[in-house]
Amino acid sequence: MTDTVPVARLGRVAHRYGQSIALDDLTLDIPAGRMIGVIGPDGVGKSTLLALVAGVRIIQTGTVHVLGGDMADPTVRTALVGRIAYMPQGLGRNLYPTLSVLENIDFHGRLFGQDAAERQRRIDELLTATGLAPFKERPAAKLSGGMKQKLSLCCALIHDPDLLILDEPTTGVDPLSRRQFWDLIDTIRARRPGMSVIVATAYVEEAERFDWLIAMDDGKAIATGTAAELRAKAGEASLDEAFVALLPETKRNQHHKVVLRPQPFTDDPTPAIEAEGLTRSFGDFVAVDHVSFRIARAEIFGFLGSNGCGKSTTMKMLTGLLPASSGTAKLFGQQLAADDMETRQRVGYMSQSFSLYSELTVLENLQLHARLYHLPKAEVPGRIAELLSRFDLADVADARPESLPLGIRQRLQLAVAVLHRPAILILDEPTSGVDPIARDAFWRILIDLSRDDGVTIFLSTHFMNEAERCDCISFMHAGRVLAVGAPQDLVRERGSASLEAAFISYLEQATGTVRDAPGDPVPASVPPQSVERARPLRRFDRGRLWACSRREAMELLRDPIRLGFAFFAPLLLMLAFGFGISFDVENLRFAAFDQDNSLESRQLIESFSSSRYFDERSPIRSATELEARLKSGELQLAIEIPPSFGRDLQAGRVPGLSIALDGAMPFRAETTRGYVTGLATQYAQRIAAAHASSSHAPTAVSVETRFRYNQAFKSANAMVPSVIMLMLILIPAIMSAIAVVREKETGSIANFRSTPISKFEFLFGKQLPYIAVAMVSFVLLTILAGLVFDVPIKGSAWLLTLASLLYVASTTGFGQLISSFTRTQVSAVFATAILSIIPAVNFSGLMVPVASLSGGGRLIGLALPPAWYQPVSVGVFTKALGFAELWPNLVVLAGFFLLFLILAQLALNKQEA
Amino acid sequence: MKRLAIHVSNILQLALKELRSIRADPVMFVLVAYTFSIAVYTVATGANLEARDLTIGIVDEDRSDFSRSLLGVFGPPLFKTVTLITPAEIESEMNAGRLVFVLEIPPRFQADVQTGRQTGLQLNVDATAMTQAGNGSIYIQQIIAQEITNLLAGREATSTLPINLVTRARFNPNLDSSWFSSVMQILNNVTLLTIVLTGAALIREREQGTVEHLLVMPVTPVEIMLAKMMANSLVILVAAALSLVLVVEWLLGVPIAGSLSLFILGAAIYTFSVAALGILLGTIATTMGQFGLLAIPVFVVLQLLSGSATPMESMPVWLQWTMRIFTPTPHFVVFSQAVLYRGAGLDVVWSELLFLATIGASYFAIALMRFRKVIFG
Repeated sequence: MTDTVPVARLGRVAHRYGQSIALDDLTLDIPAGRMIGVIGPDGVGKSTLLALVAGVRIIQTGTVHVLGGDMADPTVRTALVGRIAYMPQGLGRNLYPTLSVLENIDFHGRLFGQDAAERQRRIDELLTATGLAPFKERPAAKLSGGMKQKLSLCCALIHDPDLLILDEPTTGVDPLSRRQFWDLIDTIRARRPGMSVIVATAYVEEAERFDWLIAMDDGKAIATGTAAELRAKAGEASLDEAFVALLPETKRNQHHKVVLRPQPFTDDPTPAIEAEGLTRSFGDFVAVDHVSFRIARAEIFGFLGSNGCGKSTTMKMLTGLLPASSGTAKLFGQQLAADDMETRQRVGYMSQSFSLYSELTVLENLQLHARLYHLPKAEVPGRIAELLSRFDLADVADARPESLPLGIRQRLQLAVAVLHRPAILILDEPTSGVDPIARDAFWRILIDLSRDDGVTIFLSTHFMNEAERCDCISFMHAGRVLAVGAPQDLVRERGSASLEAAFISYLEQATGTVRDAPGDPVPASVPPQSVERARPLRRFDRGRLWACSRREAMELLRDPIRLGFAFFAPLLLMLAFGFGISFDVENLRFAAFDQDNSLESRQLIESFSSSRYFDERSPIRSATELEARLKSGELQLAIEIPPSFGRDLQAGRVPGLSIALDGAMPFRAETTRGYVTGLATQYAQRIAAAHASSSHAPTAVSVETRFRYNQAFKSANAMVPSVIMLMLILIPAIMSAIAVVREKETGSIANFRSTPISKFEFLFGKQLPYIAVAMVSFVLLTILAGLVFDVPIKGSAWLLTLASLLYVASTTGFGQLISSFTRTQVSAVFATAILSIIPAVNFSGLMVPVASLSGGGRLIGLALPPAWYQPVSVGVFTKALGFAELWPNLVVLAGFFLLFLILAQLALNKQEA
Repeated sequence: MKRLAIHVSNILQLALKELRSIRADPVMFVLVAYTFSIAVYTVATGANLEARDLTIGIVDEDRSDFSRSLLGVFGPPLFKTVTLITPAEIESEMNAGRLVFVLEIPPRFQADVQTGRQTGLQLNVDATAMTQAGNGSIYIQQIIAQEITNLLAGREATSTLPINLVTRARFNPNLDSSWFSSVMQILNNVTLLTIVLTGAALIREREQGTVEHLLVMPVTPVEIMLAKMMANSLVILVAAALSLVLVVEWLLGVPIAGSLSLFILGAAIYTFSVAALGILLGTIATTMGQFGLLAIPVFVVLQLLSGSATPMESMPVWLQWTMRIFTPTPHFVVFSQAVLYRGAGLDVVWSELLFLATIGASYFAIALMRFRKVIFG
């Protein structure tokens, strides 16, 4: 079936990220019903093109029509995304790592409104077809790279799309899984011949199997057509070379073919690296299982295998980064020991991802390493200059690595790794993601190092043409070495046509015993899919909302740190706040400097020491001692009684009484002063009453103070209800703020962008579990208030529960609002903490009653939910207030909930900028 | 000896690298600058716990010259509003929290006072407003007593007590709360930022994978950890010292009684222990987001239960001991208050410094253990 109408038409599309141009005035018609390959190195705009066609990115300029609809029109787009499936770049980026295989697919099925029976049928079918059925209970995080990609594909295919968009689906996947993946795609296309598939890939050799190709460079399509057409146009035999030939002349000129030279002869028989039965397990998972090999001096040794097969773990053990569980590793015949600084001097290591300091410049990175390896000072400038020129880094010496292309960054990493002239280089996927020209340049350096400087190089790679350049290679799978030998020997041994075929045959042999041939995933019994046309999509669907809530809850329950924070933190903080924010001033340490030592002075001291507010210490003997003890903080109050205090008092001469108190903490001092004045006055009045002749008759007026709501005048009674207010904003807001940002960070937000789920369903669905969690904390906090702080609820518990429900609905909404404009989890956490703590502590009645506030503070307080919930919490707990007094607060809280929900929807974009 | 020289050189090189990383992160820089300047200033001049802006209602059933005159004496800054209400309104006004104090003046009050008959006023206090209720009611009682004395004497009367009581608040004569809150804010900043900066520095290395690179180089975990702690502590110490001199002493006019260098010494020992705590948290969390979730509760507990917010003595004894034994912050608060307010010297505060150093060393040991275990796998 060949449609004449293109599946996608792009008209003068341009796209830029800040200064860099991703797509440059691209006009392109993509034919329908075929398998389209988009080829080209990293960073030429492939992903942007795919994202625009999938409708997950906002179109900046130009027009994009997909399946006959204009993607700029929101209603058209919403209707279309139900017919498009999009699989973003990266291994399992649209998967939820803690969810099992089954749960992941199930979630996607729910997003498309399928009922339980339909989901069951489709999931069974997809799992059988992909050979994932035996692993359906396994969490996505524990799948191998190839399995992750198959699972991603299952998720994409659950709704029978008309257009399937795959962004580099096989990067980092072993050749066997790659072949299985493409076979799977072919099978699916055979069943649904009308389906168009657009695939981006960095493996140019893969492109041979596509029907039609788009070769891209610098945001432009440099050629389109079938593989044969492209080869013919360039006049080259292989597509890889054809691609280079099609590049503009300036780029092509940088390219030189890689020439292998023979290995130099050494007479030292000790191997550079020797691994014997090397094993490493993590818990019950054996990552590396009895791996043995020898690498001769100056040899280039290649390690091939899929992601997660144990390559990196083996390399880390050889660098001493990771201790082996069993087995031995020897470098130059010496056993590797942890903390062995000598061997570290002889090894250079390059880890899989870029691992230099992106905040330091190229030069600074080199200098840092030179110093840490203790190169003689005089040598450093010369050595760095040499490396800068040899690795062609002189022009970028003052640039920061983050601004450089991947190819240059990898050269820098290599320069750093060889800086201290190691005898061994261990390179973990040094060319992953690097374009062909830069890769060849990299290899020329490696060959020079090996042949000219006699450096032993141990590297891992996914590229077969790189493997062919190695002196010796080793195939690895599931922690085991399958074969070791020179590439041509291995090909000969298996009788295969190519190295790739040889590897696949080893893999099939190894896996064939473990599970039944997954290479033939097409059960003949599966009938061509009946064409159930996509059901009309509803604007609101309870099923989608529920799918979102369910998934969020499952993820939360499987994350110990977030779960601990949700349940444990409120209780811990309540204890801290309840005990910490106390305005009870008691046990003040005081001592008297009694220079009189009369009956009266002793009575005076007695009146202090018998009060529960004061705690008497040993008497003071001199003025200097008084000074010193106040200074050290040992005393908070010092009473100085003058020598003739008693006599003066008897004689009615009004003696002075001097009291010094520690003003370091003003609140405490102020309260202390109140106590002191009260006690001294009482004492004086008693004395006065005792003197009949006195004219100081006690006043007849009494002021009776009634402490209402909190007769015992205990801090806890007042603080605990307010602290509940604080806890129910701080924790739920942070939790819900993380919920959205996390998906932005991990990439699963792509599912929100590429499926029909609405903003409301997404936001409210995610909010529900957090409301539930917050209500559980509310109950726990209330219990804690009663048990530990002895603050029971005086009023209606139901009213308090209702108000709390409205309150946490608004505070979780507040968190989501913040998360709609923050980009990283850490900024979401701190922004939410600051934005909620300041108003909740200062302007919501916790410290100062709202009625005492004026101006800005009062406005800030009243503009957020805590100031409205605090009166309810305090009112129900201590004042036994009811609905009649509190209903306005409930109405306002409900209003906040709605307001935040609406604002968050406005702030959250369904498409990426 | 040579080994020691190598260790020292490695630590210095790594610390230099840390400083460059901090310099390259403008957000952190702004955060440090903000918290040590604007935040200290706002906290000191803004929120305070002094009784002020009180709301009082008066139920006047006397309607005499005296009761009317009482309306005039409750003025700012101690009082925000004086409202005349009816007895029926007491309940609702206090329930709604609009009035914290309500003074009831009974009928014939002035006449009773002047004829020497026994009479009384009733002061209702909303005791859920903890910061105001206690001290506020003492002030109100004092004001009323003064007014009654004036009424009886017909003029400003002197003390009627047989004792001349003089209370002097030492180290802060006017009990100005900004003296307290500004310095305590600096202490809190030191705690918060040391944890965040050090922890984030480790997490950043873990997230970017650079820590792996460090570990294949001839440097030891102790060197890596010490370098991080030193570099980040140094930034915090400089910021704290600048803030103390420029914001607290110069801008807010708070006198610093003791030796600044002694304070810096104590703060250095303190940041050492808190930085170790930051590293410890950084080994538990694997992402910045998780680190934030861990750091916030830890910080809040350290701050609130340290005696820097409210008096340590009012906490339950078991909790006081727990905090003093397991956390360094209470010791640092006691130390800082003694040095900065009371001008105490090393002879007075040495024991607190010893506590700080001991707790810091244990934190360091635990953090190093975790660091080796987690980072080395």
